Amino acid sequence: MTKAPQVLTEFFWLEQLPRIEAYVARGGYEALKKALAQMKPDEVHDEVRKAGLRGRGGAGFPAGVKWGFIPKGTDKPKYLCVNADEGEPGTFKDRSILSHDPHLLIEGIVLTSYAVGIHAAYVYIRGEYEMIARRLEGAIDEARRAGFLGRNIFGSGFDLEIVVHRGAGAYVCGEETALLESLEGKRGNPRLKPPFPAAVGLFQCPTVINNVETLANVPFIIRNGAPWFLDLGVPKDGGTRIFGVSGAVAKPGLYELPSGTSLREIIFTHAGGIKDGRKLKAVIPGGMSSPILRADEIDVHMDVDSVAAAGSMLGSGGIIVIADGTPILQVLRKVAAFYAHESCGQCTPCRLGTSWIHKTVERMAAGRGQAGDVDALLRLAANIQGRTLCPLGDAAAMPVAAIARKFRTELESGLDRAGVRP
Amino acid sequence: MSAAFSPELIGKIEALAGRYPVKAASLLPVLHLVQSERGHVSAEDERAVAGLLGMPPVKVREVMTFYTMFRRIPVGRYHIQVCTNLSCALAGGDSLAAHLETKLGVKLGGTTADGKFTLTGVECLGACETAPCLMINFDYYGNLDAARIDDLLGSLT
Ligand SMILES: Cc1cc2nc3c(=O)[nH]c(=O)nc-3n(C[C@H](O)[C@H](O)[C@H](O)COP(=O)(O)O)c2cc1C
Ligand code: SF4
Ligand code: FES
Repeated sequence: MTKAPQVLTEFFWLEQLPRIEAYVARGGYEALKKALAQMKPDEVHDEVRKAGLRGRGGAGFPAGVKWGFIPKGTDKPKYLCVNADEGEPGTFKDRSILSHDPHLLIEGIVLTSYAVGIHAAYVYIRGEYEMIARRLEGAIDEARRAGFLGRNIFGSGFDLEIVVHRGAGAYVCGEETALLESLEGKRGNPRLKPPFPAAVGLFQCPTVINNVETLANVPFIIRNGAPWFLDLGVPKDGGTRIFGVSGAVAKPGLYELPSGTSLREIIFTHAGGIKDGRKLKAVIPGGMSSPILRADEIDVHMDVDSVAAAGSMLGSGGIIVIADGTPILQVLRKVAAFYAHESCGQCTPCRLGTSWIHKTVERMAAGRGQAGDVDALLRLAANIQGRTLCPLGDAAAMPVAAIARKFRTELESGLDRAGVRP
Repeated sequence: MSAAFSPELIGKIEALAGRYPVKAASLLPVLHLVQSERGHVSAEDERAVAGLLGMPPVKVREVMTFYTMFRRIPVGRYHIQVCTNLSCALAGGDSLAAHLETKLGVKLGGTTADGKFTLTGVECLGACETAPCLMINFDYYGNLDAARIDDLLGSLT
């Protein structure tokens, strides 16, 4: 194993890191100075496009392409929304950037706003991260005092303000259009697309929405160039990923590794293998919404396209490891309960489907399973998938269907039904 | 009956509203502020907020009932939110929740008779590497077991 390149997390261990002095001392805000002094907005945009920076929030869409959807020459204000909602179960990476290195995110926000011509950015942060939100506000004040934010940044004529906005406990608000509704002070009901947020977004204006980790990569791309970034990862998915490993591993935690690192290597080399000498049973590779992989399916490269080709999703990079001895029904119960709770209820297939799945699974767990339950789950999931307004419906259907398909024998054998608590 | 908003609170609300091109966009931050000052958001508080932000009270109610963090009734001095999601469950989170229920003598969702503790089960807190974990008010505690929970509860006065 070669030493993994650490980019985003290299300085996380430094005590003083959240402070601006520490960030500046290690070269922070250099990329911003360089961009404002020497680069046109389009050149910043192009560099990010060439770098193959894929979204770290779940869908893996190329950031440079997304920015390109913002209409040119519009007279409306444009907005940046930073998605710091981090609600996908098994995901805890954005919290680490926000709390250890808030200036990295701020620099990424300023660079992105400069590239796209944005003068107001909103960080939508999950409500539970109250302390972190306050720290981020402190960092924003520091940056403003140092002249990295506010009016006429470094005399370039470019202005930007950042507002931190706390959510209040609703997973669906991580979905980009629900996030916009929530930011406008409404219930987080996803919007019908099109129009897409790039055309009609926050306050009906063109809006870019990006994840925290996505934006935190931008300063490095500008500082070191697109080829450097591409070299770190795989051709269509540059850079590193902060993988969060939780569940039955010896060393749960965050591991920043190149895009395309093998899932087996992440679990067995970096996260110390399975806890207590148990054997691997299954892995959820990219947050709860991503379809489960069996133990014999983990020789997969963890980049957006490879995981998709393996029938799952890189998603948020939140890897949940399940050991032998854990009844698959226990996993299924958590999945079913979560989506039934979090469906916003706007569309019938999602509202009813998630609730029927939940009821069926709870009945199975209570020892009253029937022949045909697994097929019923598959049917219910199929009736949700592709028929809903927002992708939460798919996010609920896919993991249920994968568990039902891959663990049919165990679910039908009725074994383990009593022991749902390990 | 809750008292009217103090001039200080009104000042803070107006400052929050001023951060957005549209006043209504400050609704979530304003409700967080009111809740942090008053413990919960009463029906009267909802109306007062609606008045200050220039929106019908029903819009405030809709938001209050959509988001799980907003509380229309008081909670205990210590609000314990225990994660019941998958990564925590794989590390014993469910038995932790059960232990808390026994120890406090309330079910998930309940408040102790002395008003000291409210116990709630919540979805993933974004701290799965420290599973099983919980929050008390806005502080996170992780890598818990029954003994550490007992110590923790004992330290709260
Ligand atoms: C139900 C649901 C929840 C989501 N939650 C989050 C989240 O918590 N954080 C996030 O960055 N993206 C989340 N997303 C993805 C966003 O909709 C959006 O794709 C992303 O923020 C775009 O940023 P990126 O391109 O930089 O990844 C969620 C999507 C869905 C459907
Ligand atoms: S798919 Fe589910 S969460 Fe999304 S809009 Fe429809 S009901 Fe709401
Ligand atoms: S599952 Fe408990 S914090 Fe994520």
